[in-house]
Amino acid sequence: MTASPFSLAVELDGVGAHPGGSHGLDAHELLSPSRLAAGVRAAERAGFTAATFADSPLSSGIDAIQRASFAAPQTSALGLIPVAHSVYSEPFHVATQLATVDFASYGRAGWIVGVDADPRIAVEYGREAVGPEHATAVATDAVEVARRLWDSWEDDAVIRDATTWRYLDRAKVHYIDFEGASFSVKGPSIIPRPPQGQLPVFADASSGVVGDVALVTSSAEATVAAARESGAALVWLELEVALDHAGLPGAERVDRLDGVTPWAREGFGRYVGDAAGLVDLLTELAGQFDGVRMHPAVLAEDLEELGRAVLPELRRLGVHTPPVVGSTLRESIGLPASVNRYASKASA
Amino acid sequence: MSADRPTRNQIQFGVFFQGVNFSTIWTEPESGSQTDFESFRRVAQTAERGLFSAFFLGEGLRLREHLGRLHDLDVAGRPDAQTQLAALAAVTSKIGLVATQNATYNDPFDLAHRLQSLDLLSGGRAAWNIVTTDNAWTGANFRRGGYLDHADRYTHAEQVVETVRAVWDSWDSDDRAHLVARDFGAFDVRGLGRLPRSAQEHPVLFQAGDSDEGRDFAARSAEVIFSAHGLFEPAKAFAEDIRRRTVAAGRPADDLKIFPGQQFVLAETDAEARDKAIWVREKQITPATALAFLENIWGTSLAAYDPDGPLPDIDPVVEVTGETRGAGFRAKKTKETADAWREQAAAENLSIREFVFKVGGRLEGGIIGSYQTVADLLARYADEHVVDGFNVSPYLIPTGLDDIVDRLVPELQERGVYPTEYRGDTLREHLGLRAPLTRRGADADPSRQTPSFDLV
Repeated sequence: MTASPFSLAVELDGVGAHPGGSHGLDAHELLSPSRLAAGVRAAERAGFTAATFADSPLSSGIDAIQRASFAAPQTSALGLIPVAHSVYSEPFHVATQLATVDFASYGRAGWIVGVDADPRIAVEYGREAVGPEHATAVATDAVEVARRLWDSWEDDAVIRDATTWRYLDRAKVHYIDFEGASFSVKGPSIIPRPPQGQLPVFADASSGVVGDVALVTSSAEATVAAARESGAALVWLELEVALDHAGLPGAERVDRLDGVTPWAREGFGRYVGDAAGLVDLLTELAGQFDGVRMHPAVLAEDLEELGRAVLPELRRLGVHTPPVVGSTLRESIGLPASVNRYASKASA
Repeated sequence: MSADRPTRNQIQFGVFFQGVNFSTIWTEPESGSQTDFESFRRVAQTAERGLFSAFFLGEGLRLREHLGRLHDLDVAGRPDAQTQLAALAAVTSKIGLVATQNATYNDPFDLAHRLQSLDLLSGGRAAWNIVTTDNAWTGANFRRGGYLDHADRYTHAEQVVETVRAVWDSWDSDDRAHLVARDFGAFDVRGLGRLPRSAQEHPVLFQAGDSDEGRDFAARSAEVIFSAHGLFEPAKAFAEDIRRRTVAAGRPADDLKIFPGQQFVLAETDAEARDKAIWVREKQITPATALAFLENIWGTSLAAYDPDGPLPDIDPVVEVTGETRGAGFRAKKTKETADAWREQAAAENLSIREFVFKVGGRLEGGIIGSYQTVADLLARYADEHVVDGFNVSPYLIPTGLDDIVDRLVPELQERGVYPTEYRGDTLREHLGLRAPLTRRGADADPSRQTPSFDLV
């Protein structure tokens, strides 16, 4: 058991997790900024700790980092966690883009490390394809580069000393000199240290990449124990959700959508049923996990039920507390304040 | 067009949110944060209130150095342009959002996708300001560091632009994606575009190169050129040159819009504006900045020299300046430059700081005067079609646009030389641009073109 708060996140990609939900919508309707804005506002109103934004270089969709950034000024407490690809992308760009979301959101950004070695992505970037076994190593390097870049400016590097006319204390800005098998990065970052210092890094436990938060798909004790032993501070469970809505039982809603396009099992747990049952399930999971990320079948419908009947009840029971305006994502999910590796060396 | 269609030619404004050189004054009580989102929101919303066509962000992919160490005198550190503009898209509704992005150190498919993402998120308000670098110094932050010869940078940039546009155009009218494959020599890329076209078809292309090659590149490929020639006569000569090149590239003369970068110093009276301009100059070029300016050429510390004394009598320690010193100094022959500067300073009896005010300051390039004087001057620019607009560089963040929007814009509107409303919803509409170059005529639909590779 852990003393950290129990977090609830919601995945906001597209129209929801069920592929049948997008039937009949054209690309512009699917990608509409107003749909995105409505989704993040509903997630914040419902009291979710964070929203996540799926992405892949092989899928149609607006860049997830930009979706998170677009959401930033439209929300005030919700964590914003995009997927950013790490195997073939330039880690320098990814790190500065994520830091920018953290600034735009005043410390509410996170990163789900996209670890996909698909050769079609390599071809898009014009790079040599790497095998799955190397993908973990490249992605781990990309995370290390981001972490060093985020630390490369100490918090008080901008001094604005009008007596010596120095804007910057150059002793507090550091080259990172990263040398890896696939890339080397000199640094420092071109953006000062983000508000959180270190953005919380999320990684699928099966990817082999270790972040602050491991995302697991199974509640088997061995899976959870392995995720904790890997070094992740927190473990969150993935859960698909379809609730009773507007007089229709969840199971019937899923059946109807399955008639359009079947909802394949991707290894995630799935809850289909009424709100009370989900409250019971999440209450139980709160004893085992630090958080649950929900993948609603149809956002417009399930998000409404979650905000109406599930999160309020969990709040009443003391199982989950919505994030507070002004707190960082690290604080909301229960990570300690980050320590700057370079500052600690300098003051040692 | 409405009945009250302007009979006078008009100019427009964009705003360049600076943040890497000494033009931004950071020492004053009203100097706000350069990274706080609030500073950006305030400038963008003020610009939109003033009907500005575009909000412009720069990009530098390596922190500037000076004499081998990080440069510490100027504003440094800024957000990623596209990510920041995505956030600003949520708090604005009309203004164009221009991201400077390097054609060398961004991957073409990734770059195309992110620009198109911004275009869709903003409802067709995105633009790409194309810059190109070839140096290994910047490349040290990237996989393909320093692989281009200087001479090849525009060839490569043009190929990247062509590829990016092909990705943007790769969805046909039925939203089917067509394969894009390009060979860059050192590497080749192949894939499918991931997004449909936006309300403005695809992002607008800005370009800022000033060399012959840069100007020809703009005349062939860009839709807006961001020049350094803001004063009347140089701007006029520049416009004539650009229009000639544009026509030579087979385009209508007005197909490439001209927006010089420009600092404005305004006040109630001309005399007050002149005083204010001196204040601005002294705040921009501090004694330390004046010495640093010379050190870019001398290549060694001049801390022993008095900024109020004559130029150093020692000779530069390097022969040619390198990459780290900024575009203005790149590859300058130092001895020649130092001799010429010393000669000029001696002839005009200028101290180090006075000399830098003269050659390094923005004062000579600035437009200074009362609101009425400047409005009259800008009306002349409009009447003689010397520019299509100015990309305003405020010297204070975030308040630097306030007097322009509150005082100058109404004067210009009274004279009929500035818009009184946005022409439409997209940047392309605000700027009065035609369809993108790749989407005119028979070649516009990729379904008419045979893919050169099988879909993977």
